[in-house]
Amino acid sequence: MAVSILHRATGQALAFGAVLIFAWWLAALASGPSYYRLFLDLIMSPVGVLVGFGLTWSLFQHMGSGLRHFIMDSGEGYDLVTSRRTALATFAFSTIATLAFWAWILLGKGY
Amino acid sequence: MAEFTLPANSVINGTGKSYSAPAGASRTKSFKIYRWNPDDGQNPRYDSYSLDLDATGPMVLDALIKIKNEVDPTLTFRRSCREGICGSCSMNIDGTNTLACTKPIEEVKGEVVITPLPHMEVIKDLVPDFKHFYAQYASIKPWLQTVTPAPSGEERIQSPDEREKLDGLYECILCACCSTACPSYWWNSDKFLGPAILLQAYRWLADSRDEITGERLDALEDPFRVYRCHTIMNCANVCPKGLNPAKAIAEIKLMMLERAG
Repeated sequence: MAVSILHRATGQALAFGAVLIFAWWLAALASGPSYYRLFLDLIMSPVGVLVGFGLTWSLFQHMGSGLRHFIMDSGEGYDLVTSRRTALATFAFSTIATLAFWAWILLGKGY
Repeated sequence: MAEFTLPANSVINGTGKSYSAPAGASRTKSFKIYRWNPDDGQNPRYDSYSLDLDATGPMVLDALIKIKNEVDPTLTFRRSCREGICGSCSMNIDGTNTLACTKPIEEVKGEVVITPLPHMEVIKDLVPDFKHFYAQYASIKPWLQTVTPAPSGEERIQSPDEREKLDGLYECILCACCSTACPSYWWNSDKFLGPAILLQAYRWLADSRDEITGERLDALEDPFRVYRCHTIMNCANVCPKGLNPAKAIAEIKLMMLERAG
């Protein structure tokens, strides 16, 4: 049940949060270098990174549970043991993918 | 629509009664049971009953029957076969829908909290109203339907393989543990048929002798009747018979897709 609830919650977070930030990024780009600098400072501030971290986790969690839905829609993975394992796998995937993504951004060449 | 709070007259805030175990009982267990009487105008309440486990049978239903016989005859619940085949004593025990007759008291740590099946209208105490559930069952026409004339002098026969397709379906006892554990059914039970009824619907779709598969699928092809199932899996997790309604619903969806080509 947790995976189903999170699929909806992360979907909402992506549909509203990520779309608003994307629109804000476009608006900031169009508003000239000084405003864009302010946007970058905010988005890379600790709070900004936290929000970004949450959104990327939402993306990977939603992707993971989406793929799980895709598999289940083909009629596979319904026995209790498998469905529990695939549910746990979505959490493992989203956690690892989020950490790897942010390690790439913060430690590597991403920024 | 989703309701996250109880209506004012359903909030459990009545003053509950407490019944202590007989003196000298060494192994006691407390049962906290939902009580509601339609005739006294009061809100629901929890009554607590402490029982001597050495003088009580092993299952939760044994405790309920002991309470009704020896402690409080006003306690109301359904029961019949006491061996998991009639589906009468389905209720929520320790937070999970199950059959009281097959649930060992020992599996519950601490106090045993018992409430009626969630999101059903209550008639009295642990007795929910199944009227709507049975109407939905009737709506799927749960009987064999044929157009060809019956073979003379013999049954409509099935091969062992065809019969095997009904395993995991025919065992359903319609206790409604699964449907009332399903969030989609809680919120759309007026339009969504719910896991129990859909498993039954698939039982007739999967029957090699039934000859109106197309009409059955037509009747189910609807945004709500089937497609409110979002594979949450609560149904399969709670089924006291170990069946998998979610899988049956997936099979219905596949049949619809295959038919669409």
